[in-house]
Amino acid sequence: MTTAAVTADGRRTKAKPATMAQALGRALRDSMAEDPTVHVLGEDVGTLGGVFRITDGLAKEFGDDRCTDTPLAEAGILGAAVGMAMYGLRPVVEMQFDAFAYPAFEQLMSHVAKMRNRTGGAMPLPITVRVPYGGGIGGVEHHSDSSEAYYMATPGLHVVTPATVEDAYGLLRESIASDDPVIFLEPKRLYWSKADWSPEAPAEVEPIGRAVVRRSGRSATLITYGPSLPVCMEAAEAAVAEGWDLEVVDLRSLVPFDDETVTASVRRTGRAVVVHESPGFGGPGGEIAARITERCFHHLEAPVLRVAGFDIPYPPPMLERHHLPGVDRVLDAVARLQWEADS
Amino acid sequence: MTVQELPGAAAYRPTPPPAWKPITDPAPLLPDPEPYRVLGTDAVADVDPELLLRLHAELIRGRRYNAQATALTKQGRLAVYPSSTGQEACEIAAALVLEERDWLFPSYRDTLAAVARGLDPVEALTLLRGDRHTGYDPREHRIAPLCTPLATQLPHAVGLAHAARLKGDDVVALAMVGDGGTSEGDFHEALNFAAVWKAPVVFFVQNNGFAISVPLAKQTAAPSLAHKAVGYGMPGRLVDGNDAAAVHQVLSEAVARARRGEGPTLVEAVTYRMEAHTNADDATRYRVDSEVEAWKAHDPVLLLERELTGRGLLDDEGIARAKEAAERMAAALRDRMNADPELAPMDLFTHVYAEQTGQLREQAAALRAELDAEQDHDEHGAEAGR
Repeated sequence: MTTAAVTADGRRTKAKPATMAQALGRALRDSMAEDPTVHVLGEDVGTLGGVFRITDGLAKEFGDDRCTDTPLAEAGILGAAVGMAMYGLRPVVEMQFDAFAYPAFEQLMSHVAKMRNRTGGAMPLPITVRVPYGGGIGGVEHHSDSSEAYYMATPGLHVVTPATVEDAYGLLRESIASDDPVIFLEPKRLYWSKADWSPEAPAEVEPIGRAVVRRSGRSATLITYGPSLPVCMEAAEAAVAEGWDLEVVDLRSLVPFDDETVTASVRRTGRAVVVHESPGFGGPGGEIAARITERCFHHLEAPVLRVAGFDIPYPPPMLERHHLPGVDRVLDAVARLQWEADS
Repeated sequence: MTVQELPGAAAYRPTPPPAWKPITDPAPLLPDPEPYRVLGTDAVADVDPELLLRLHAELIRGRRYNAQATALTKQGRLAVYPSSTGQEACEIAAALVLEERDWLFPSYRDTLAAVARGLDPVEALTLLRGDRHTGYDPREHRIAPLCTPLATQLPHAVGLAHAARLKGDDVVALAMVGDGGTSEGDFHEALNFAAVWKAPVVFFVQNNGFAISVPLAKQTAAPSLAHKAVGYGMPGRLVDGNDAAAVHQVLSEAVARARRGEGPTLVEAVTYRMEAHTNADDATRYRVDSEVEAWKAHDPVLLLERELTGRGLLDDEGIARAKEAAERMAAALRDRMNADPELAPMDLFTHVYAEQTGQLREQAAALRAELDAEQDHDEHGAEAGR
């Protein structure tokens, strides 16, 4: 199935099914074509095109100096990116997997996040760090972490994560264009999700920091992001049969956090469930629930609930379905939102 | 059929693995067996006497700067000062070998190098005074922020030099690190990246004998720190870090090599930290006085003055003049540091992001209200209490 879209100069073009992986690759390509200071670097990003093929074709089109296979050392990659940004480049770093980004944490916490601040604004670092994250792809140990809480807890970083093909393109373009460092979390299991999308006429994306209501509803709000958005959308459809009309908010960015959209939704519905894969304890859901409670206390009909990954190291792939929040767990949480108090 | 019975088995001769070939010939990369020296050797004949006199004046100034900064900690004007007393030859040479367009990447012990490069000492010391993290614009001076997390500035130097080279700019980065820092992972990654990318970087290790209290013997089993270069495929140079002329020459050669596009060099300067790690440290807990005394006889100022006075290039009057100039610098620094720095609490929120987030705007408003209440209390509270 194809639908028509209109390009910026008014031409009609056909939107075809595209994957999130393709949209991300296109975003990198367009950013590099538009801005010669954009450089991609990481492990296997050149000749191979990345293990997920997101950077496929970039080295061929822009040369090895613009899309560079680096030695295998994440702190070195990010540290070099810091120096490149100090000299006026706009590096986009690929971390191969969520758990492989940890060696770069010192560079990230001590320099990337702080450089603007420690130089009194003189030397901001426009670095985008792309991190494939989350589970659900049958990955063996160390390939499925949800590491967003670490990044969220570090002032100075933006933390962005797309859940749709269109957002994958738009948010990555915005992230690369940002003068602040952005941790761009790519939900691995949505890499091959498809949507009608025209690269020639990408929809305008709002600036980083705006959540979006993916489904309007009146009964309760599901607040989610990245890989858990499809789960919540499915849960919302299933909930209709139970008589619940659920609203679904896709955060799109954890930092900055869009209090406005979240607060407005919860004040309307009076009930909220936060859904994410990351472990619940110390995870994003706790912060979100606290913010909602601080802002919406008198509108709440029930405590804000969380549906999160268990507080365990990520399980082996044959057991991961027990760990990942699914539709049933989301519906169970919705059922616990003290509906009897209504009657 | 056994392996011996396979066709061609009789003719089999062992061969190297198919893909194997040596990547780099190690022999030219090896450092000298002993630290390279110039002062008191034949090599000094090739050194411009003007350079020796310049180095001398800078050493005197540097020594006085270290003494003044240490005194400022005792007066409560600096929160902490990691002194480079005894290491002035390294600090000065690192600054002097660079062109204006080059970049210096100092560690927290290298404020003297930054000052010798021309940075205002008060701006260099804000980090250690505690009023601002970095008191200067790094791009204006081409001096990276003083780096506290060990060796983490080294990959930055590599990335910056690499970016400059891609752009076709003639820029060299000189990155400073201590002996302890060579044990860090970032040291390894930076040297490896630099060598692979042939980045125009000079890695300058000041081996001052101690990482706070831990001596070099507990830090490495390498033949020398300079030998580590060989493993990365870059030359290692070993130099007497208290011989200002030798350090200047070796660093100059490394910078020139980087400028020619021949890649990075690792320079190890053997020196000694005459003071404790910082004013907050007690060196008597981990080293003996006799060791310090031996190094006093190998002091960088002493070595250079011996050379200069021995050849009649410098006399007591010249030394006195250099000391007077240093004294004037110290007095000016003391006066300026005796003024309380202006603090701007609301700036805490200004440079976290390009644009303040909603969360930061809320917190800034809360702090604003606290400050207003404080001011209100100061203005009216005292009256009311009367």
